[in-house]
Amino acid sequence: MTVVQGIYYALGALALFVFLSFMVLVLTWVERKALARIQMRMGPMRVGFHGTLQPLADAMKLVLKEDILPSWADRRVYWLAPLAVFIPSLLLWAVIPVGRDLVLANLELGLFYIVAISVLTVMGLLMAGWGSANKYAMLGGLRAAGQLVSYEIPFIMAILAVAMLVQSLNLETIVDGQRNFAYILVQPLGLFIFLTAGLAELGRTPFDIHHAESELVGGPFIEYSGAHWAVFFLAEYINTFTIGALTVLLFLGGWRWPAMPFDGFAHSTLSVIWFLAKTYAVILFIFWIRGTYPRLRIDQLMAFGWKLLVPLSFVNIVITGIVLFYGWPLWTLTLISLVLLGATFYAISRHQGTRLERMTVTVHSFRGTRSEPPVVQPQPEAALED
Amino acid sequence: MQVQQQARTADTIDLMINMGPQHPSTHGVFRVVIWVDGERIVKAEPHIGYLHRGSEKLCEGELYSQVITLFDRLDYVANLNCELAFCLAVEKLMALEVPDRASYIRVILCELNRIASHMLFYGVYGLDVGAMTPILYGFRERERIQGLFESVTGARMMHNFIRVGGVKEDLRDDFEPRMAVLLEELKQGIEECDDLLSQNEMFLARTKGIGTIGPTEAIDFGVTGPSLRASGVLEDVRISEPYSIYERFDFGVPVGTYGDCWDRYYVRVEEMRQSLKIIEQAMAQMEPGPVAANVRRIARPPKGEVYVRTESPRGDFGVFLVSDGSDKPYRLKVRAPSFANLQALQYLLRDAYVADAVVILGSIDIILGEVDR
Repeated sequence: MTVVQGIYYALGALALFVFLSFMVLVLTWVERKALARIQMRMGPMRVGFHGTLQPLADAMKLVLKEDILPSWADRRVYWLAPLAVFIPSLLLWAVIPVGRDLVLANLELGLFYIVAISVLTVMGLLMAGWGSANKYAMLGGLRAAGQLVSYEIPFIMAILAVAMLVQSLNLETIVDGQRNFAYILVQPLGLFIFLTAGLAELGRTPFDIHHAESELVGGPFIEYSGAHWAVFFLAEYINTFTIGALTVLLFLGGWRWPAMPFDGFAHSTLSVIWFLAKTYAVILFIFWIRGTYPRLRIDQLMAFGWKLLVPLSFVNIVITGIVLFYGWPLWTLTLISLVLLGATFYAISRHQGTRLERMTVTVHSFRGTRSEPPVVQPQPEAALED
Repeated sequence: MQVQQQARTADTIDLMINMGPQHPSTHGVFRVVIWVDGERIVKAEPHIGYLHRGSEKLCEGELYSQVITLFDRLDYVANLNCELAFCLAVEKLMALEVPDRASYIRVILCELNRIASHMLFYGVYGLDVGAMTPILYGFRERERIQGLFESVTGARMMHNFIRVGGVKEDLRDDFEPRMAVLLEELKQGIEECDDLLSQNEMFLARTKGIGTIGPTEAIDFGVTGPSLRASGVLEDVRISEPYSIYERFDFGVPVGTYGDCWDRYYVRVEEMRQSLKIIEQAMAQMEPGPVAANVRRIARPPKGEVYVRTESPRGDFGVFLVSDGSDKPYRLKVRAPSFANLQALQYLLRDAYVADAVVILGSIDIILGEVDR
């Protein structure tokens, strides 16, 4: 590697870091505003126009805040954990293109690299949980480990099905493969698996059990404050952005614009904007879920992952393989995928929720049964038989 | 204390986790020490007393009219229901006849307060299961009710409005139109809240069949109110021992089947609808008239003792009052429903997951001001 190349990569990495930091700032603002909309609130309104500068104010607060080291903490592990979470999240973006040729390293094995690096996050979470010397943090770290490892499989399998369609692991090739139609049309089931597993990888509602504010009060990050917490926060939002971007690249046609009227510089600028718009649409969907759903319990989460998502992702691979092997037209894959997706939703509504009947509360009326003095003795056994 | 040893292959110890008193999901300053084996709770030990203010003893040093302010601070989510219980006790001791209009005002305000209290439960319960939106919908309704309270009593929380022999003052002229608007809003709001959470697939998964308690166990633990009715026991003080003027209203009592968290949750949602029914009837029946009996400013009930039961939003709220004929209570004992309901916690938490602990604790809807007194 020559010096020029080194400088090129260093500048690229710096630009990427600045770009991602800016995206995180925007993302936090969008999330707060979107959630506020769902919850009939205004969201941040004070700092800047409609609170647009709020993320900066928050960042400043976090950086200026005192960093606290718990006295029992395992110092090295405790201080290294934020980096162990943050660096992989940044590394992922080395191969994710935001437009044609707008990528730091156009790897042929791009998807493989993404899968390999994204697994590393779990180590950082475990380190944070262990290093904090806090029981809540440790439980959170262990939960995170269990959750991330089990959802890794459907996540990878969903990616693999797309790679099979294109016969390539290069992200640009995958986007080019969608020049006629986005893969959401071919693999709706794959998109469902990918997004669900992606949500679990992110630890976002309804899979935010390692944060679990109501019981674990923040999980592995419970003891962190100030800048170190900010690093976790940054990593988390970069990961959210990554999942959004990957969804767009793999299933929604990337930066491809149907019948783009321009070419040259205007074309690349517009395609980046188009790509970002799609990404934000996916992320808004994630925020929407966050504003709507409760959290699953750890055993339900595991059951959902291993009993439903993992088999389903294998089935997805198999049907993709069959269709490709026999050279059937791709719309057959769409059809099978849709049928399976419907069956999945049916199965979820039947078995994931509850086996008990839905309405178990009856209203007993006393109209006309009142006598003087109106005394109704409690009759537990009789009432139960109702 | 000896932790129950279970047969295990590996040599492990249970992890002791201290939940509270600074834990955000313990609904105040409540502490529960849980021993967990992985994610399973092996044993749970509730600790209370962090909010003990000696209210009952304090009451012995105050005039009867001043005790009402202390009762406001027992169940600080349903203040008016507490005030009512105390005033009913004193009135029963003095054999006072309360004017009709005063009783109607009391019932309307108390039922509104019940809705406000259940709305708080609804929102906080949403947070407990991890949904962050319900609390804002719950608080929207609560805010509307408190706005009305503010115009009627002059305060949003510590009203000191229900007095011995009646209420502090008559309703304002704008009460009826405001009430009509509020009723419409609440009707809509309750349905909205119901739609938002009750039949959500994940909410069902988190609450159905969790923390079950049968009718006999519930009665044995002294559980009352919505938590008891969720277990399938048809017991409501407003029906079984009507106080004030509750015998004049037609309303239903929601009763659950399994006594699980979902039943406890939904009984409360349904109760809000029934409370609206009571308020509508009371508004229709209410007639102008005096709002306070002719009582001396400093009440001196005759020597004797009395016990009054009322149905507070949390259950059977009882007041035992001993008078020695002076202007201050000789002894006062409050039978707080939250305190009794809390006793079932250890039983409910058996074999639960850590995440369920919060859901179960939320479902019995305790108010620490009442538990610790």
